Parts: sequence; structure tokens; C-alpha cells
Amino acid sequence: MEEIGNLFHGFATVLQPYNIWLMVLGIVLGVIIGVLPGLGGANGVAILLPLTFSMSPTSAIIMLSCIYWGALFGGAITSVLFNIPGEPWSVATTFDGHPMAQNGRAGEALTAAFTSSFIGALFAVLVITLVAPLVARFALQFGAAEKFGVYFLAFCSFVGLSKEPPFKTVVAMMIGFALAAVGLDHMTGQLRLTFGFTELLAGFDFLIAVIGLFGIGEILLTMEEGLQFKGRSANINPRVVFQTWMELPRYWATSIRSCIIGCWMGITPAGATPASFMSYGIAKRLSPRGRNFGKGEVEGVVAPETAAHAAGTSALLPMLSLGVPGSPTAAVLLGGLLIWGLQPGPLLFVEQKEFVWGLIASMYLGNIVGLLVVLTCVPVMAAILRIPFPVIAPIILVLCAIGAYTVHNNPFDVVMMMVFGVLGYVLKKCNYPLAPLVLALVLGDKAEEAFRQALLGSQGSLTVFWSNWLVGSIMALGLIALFWPMIQNGMARLRPRPAV
Amino acid sequence: MSDETHTAETGPSHWLVEVGVALLTLLFGVVILLGSIQVGIDWGVEGPKPGFFPFYISLFIIVASTVNLVHVNTGRDGKPGPFSTWEQLRRVMSVVVPSVAYVAFVPFLGMYVSSILLIGVFMTWLGGYSLWKTVPIAVGVPVVAYIVFERYFQIALPKGPVEYWLGL
Repeated sequence: MEEIGNLFHGFATVLQPYNIWLMVLGIVLGVIIGVLPGLGGANGVAILLPLTFSMSPTSAIIMLSCIYWGALFGGAITSVLFNIPGEPWSVATTFDGHPMAQNGRAGEALTAAFTSSFIGALFAVLVITLVAPLVARFALQFGAAEKFGVYFLAFCSFVGLSKEPPFKTVVAMMIGFALAAVGLDHMTGQLRLTFGFTELLAGFDFLIAVIGLFGIGEILLTMEEGLQFKGRSANINPRVVFQTWMELPRYWATSIRSCIIGCWMGITPAGATPASFMSYGIAKRLSPRGRNFGKGEVEGVVAPETAAHAAGTSALLPMLSLGVPGSPTAAVLLGGLLIWGLQPGPLLFVEQKEFVWGLIASMYLGNIVGLLVVLTCVPVMAAILRIPFPVIAPIILVLCAIGAYTVHNNPFDVVMMMVFGVLGYVLKKCNYPLAPLVLALVLGDKAEEAFRQALLGSQGSLTVFWSNWLVGSIMALGLIALFWPMIQNGMARLRPRPAV
Repeated sequence: MSDETHTAETGPSHWLVEVGVALLTLLFGVVILLGSIQVGIDWGVEGPKPGFFPFYISLFIIVASTVNLVHVNTGRDGKPGPFSTWEQLRRVMSVVVPSVAYVAFVPFLGMYVSSILLIGVFMTWLGGYSLWKTVPIAVGVPVVAYIVFERYFQIALPKGPVEYWLGL
């Protein structure tokens, strides 16, 4: 098959000494970032993105995706040891992971978490290897209206499927679109929405928004709870690792089920967090050990971690093949691709084969390297979190500021970072979701371009979005996703209540 | 991990902040609306004018913000009780104020000196560390940052008068 050949080319690219070094460095940085509050997947990638400007796009994406892996693994460390979820989708890991740590079984919990993550991610990468080229080939037929339909579907999914109140999601998303529109209008070359401020000429950069909203905002939220991180110590020695590995195959059914849930949900936008919860809930109901969930049951760690990593990885599939990211971190990676001059989407597979398959190959290797690194370095990473907050907080702030500055070498961006930070804190507390804001900021220009091109072709008639079966069905899916809560309610009412 | 005693939980009410945020987003929507009209929202010779898309975005924002305002007031959204207790807000402010000062100093003093000050303030004021322990870290971290960013990655960070004086 052509794909296998491409994949081996990709491995050849990745297995150069420089790229291997970047992989290891990326993973280590990623784990550290995943362990620290205020940094973490999207923010960490955003801060380190400007460092990669001097590298070739292939090397850069290898390092960045390894940072992403590392952050995924690192989030599990804080969830198990400190009951602090490193990422929203690590919340379900705390349910059983932390009780295990409290019972002195931290090493077992961590090994189970890391290994499950490895398996989930591996499954997802296999899916990407096989499915992404097919999707990309299919998507080559997409015209402007279809492209807009895909964006429409993505954003409607956020509104309909997220747990935040829909109108707040709409506001957050639209704010992102509005911010994306500030500055130079790409299609006409005119300035808009700058109100005469020269600082706004370049518009709002999504990297600054991510660092502020997710980084500074997160630190401020953490501050509310006080300055202490009290956690359990972990001892991962080879004996514990092998013991746990011997035990894990018992949960093969849960694993496979979680992989499928994770992949399926990860491909749809906003999928990683619900995937981990859903997988935990289903495992609890279906497992013979379900009653022990919540008290420190290994299966209660396997289920969410497998699903979350499968989802987090498969979020890269629509990003690569369609140009639509499924998560904020995928959005940042997509932004990075745009900065390097690459067009994510179906053409990427045709025009930039070395890049795409190098990235996919690095996902396999990065996964393996990541597992090895975390299994050996947990005590060091846990020790980092014991650094007292008054010391670590300003260091994180300085890192965020450096990250914000290095995007455009513009001190104003550092100011904007703080503004976004306070905004993120307030919005999060009021239940406004931040992920759609960031996605809209990253995709706003592209979505608008597709919209306007489609309208240009149809001379301003909106019927272009229902003009053929393809775009019509995409738009219909979008509308279903948008009104999903109402549909669910309606169906529940129609179903007769069982007699109790 | 909160150490609040539940008898003393007062703070600005959640309702107030929710209303404030909804009004703010409403205002933002109006600003975008006006800005869109400024550049034209109808059809021109080049197709939709630049203001076309943002105009409808702003309409969405205005309508959704109004709905949020209504929901907050009818009690559908929002949590009861305080937004944060004064104690929590005090802690948050203890990070926000030095950070804002840091960000304001960076254009004038450069990033390295400002970072030294920020870490120093955090460690002595918030952490209660002695100067003996503070100075090595407060100076050490920016120095490491200098080596990593300026020398290894060749990325220039903002510098101020002290760096010029040192000839960096």
C-alpha cells in the first residue's frame, strides 16, 4: 500500500540524530509543562512555538508534537499524585488514580495511566495512518461551500455538545471570530475594526490569546485555592512496573472499548474531555469491578486515560486532513503550520508528503520515547511540583511573558497577554468556554474566506450551502449537532417511562 | 484544598459579575457592529464588503449577550453565592498586581531586570523568603533564560538600560 511506503519514508526522516534529539527534548519539556499549572498542552505549545521558527517545518512539528505528548503524559502525573487534573480530560483520571495514590499504590496507578495512554495514542495513530489519507483524498473534492460547511459543523458541535450553556458558547465563539476579523482583511486588503490604533494593525494573534487565556488565566484560578500543593510521593521501580504490566492485559476489553470511544470522539471537535468521562462511565457500568470505581480501581484509570489519549491524538486527524482542529492544542499546532507556510488540509497530503508522514512517524516514536521517559522520570517531575508556589509562579509568569513576546517581538503582546489572562479568569468562572474562542480565533479568517468565496460564486445567494448532496449533508449534520440537546430532550420525552 | 470557613464566605456576588460580563460582551458586540458599518456591510464590486461577516458576528454577540443577561436575571444560569470570597480575590490580586507591574516595566527596564524584580517580589513578599534565598533564584532564572534564549535559540528579548550598560 502506498501509505506504508510513505510511512517508512517518514520513519527515515524522523530517525536522524537531530530529529531524535528534538523528540527527546520535546518530550521532557512537554512533561515538565504538563506537570506545572498554568502551562499545559495548548499554552506550552504556544510558548515554545516561536522557538521553532528557525527550524525546518518537519523538525519543528516533530518537536512540537512531542511536547504535546509529553504534556499529555505529564497531566496524568498531577492527576494521580496531587488530585489536580493537568488537562480537562485528566479529571476522570483523578477519580480512581488519586485514591490509589492515597492507598500507597501510586506507582501502580501511574504505570497503568502511562501504559493506557500509550495504547490509546498508538491506536489513534494507527487510525490516522490508515484513515487520514482517505479523508484527505475525499476532501480534495471540497469547494468553498463544502469547506465552510465543515467549519460550520465543527463550531455547531461545540455549541451543541459542550456542557456549557449554549448561548455562552455562542458568545465566546463569536468573540473569537470578531477578534480574528480585526486588522487587515485578506480578501480586499482593507483595514477593519482597528479604530485608528496602530497596535491593532496586525490583529490579535491566537498564540497571545492562548498564553493569556489558558496560561495566566489558569494560574489566577489556581491562586484562588491557596499557595500549597500537597501531594503523595510516588515510587516507580521496575518491579512495580512489571507487576502492573502483568495485570493490565486483564482489562483488554475496557482498553479496546476506550480506544474506540476516544478515537470517535476525538475526531469530532470538543471530543477529548467527554471521551474520558464517557469511557469512565461506561466502564463503571459494564465492568464486574464497577462497584469499586472511585475507591482506587486500576480499571478506573485505564478507561479514561486510554480514551483521553486516543481522543487527543485523533484530534490531529481532522487537523491534518481537513484543516479543522479538534482541540485547542490542535488549533495551536494548526496555527504553527500556517505560520510555516503550510496549508493543512487535503492538499497537505499531496504537496507536503515528507512533512505529513514525518509527523505521523514521529507520533509512533514519540509515543514510545514518551512512555520510557515518564516511567523513569516521575520522581523528578513530582519534585518539580513541590517547589513552593511563590517561587514557581513568577517563573511560569516570566516564561509566559517570554513566550508572548517572542511571537512578534512586540512588547504590546505581553500587555495583551495579561488582558487575556484576566479575561480568561473571569470568563472561566462565569462558565464561558474558552476552547471555542481560541478555535474561532485560529480559524476565523479561513472560515470567513470560505464563506465569502462561496457567496461570490453564487452571487450572494445562501442556497449555495444546500446546492448539492455533499454540502447539504454537512450543513444538516451541523444543524443536528447545534440542536442536539433539544433533540435529546425531545427523544427522552417520546420514550415511554419504564414502570418502576 | 480550600481553607475557607463556611461561616465567613462573602465576596462580590456571582450575579453581579455575570451581569457585568454579559454587559461587557454586549458592549463589545456593539463596538464590532459600529466598526463593521464603518467599512461597509453590503455588497460591493469585489463581493461582500469587509464589514459583511463581522456585522453578522456582532449581531450574534448582541443577541446572545442579551439572552445571557435574561438568563442570569431569571436564575437559569449562574451559581448562587459569591463569585469569589474576598480572601480568594485577595490572593488572585496578589498575583495580578505584581504581574501588571511587571508587564508595564518590561518596555522600560527590559525583560531580564523586570523578571528579577518579579521573582524577588514574589519570593520575599508572598513567600516570606529571606534575601539570601531570594537573590540566587531571582537572578539565576533570568540568567539561565538569557543563555537559553539569546545564545542557544538566538531570540532577542527586550532589554533595558542595565543591559546596555553591561554591554550585552
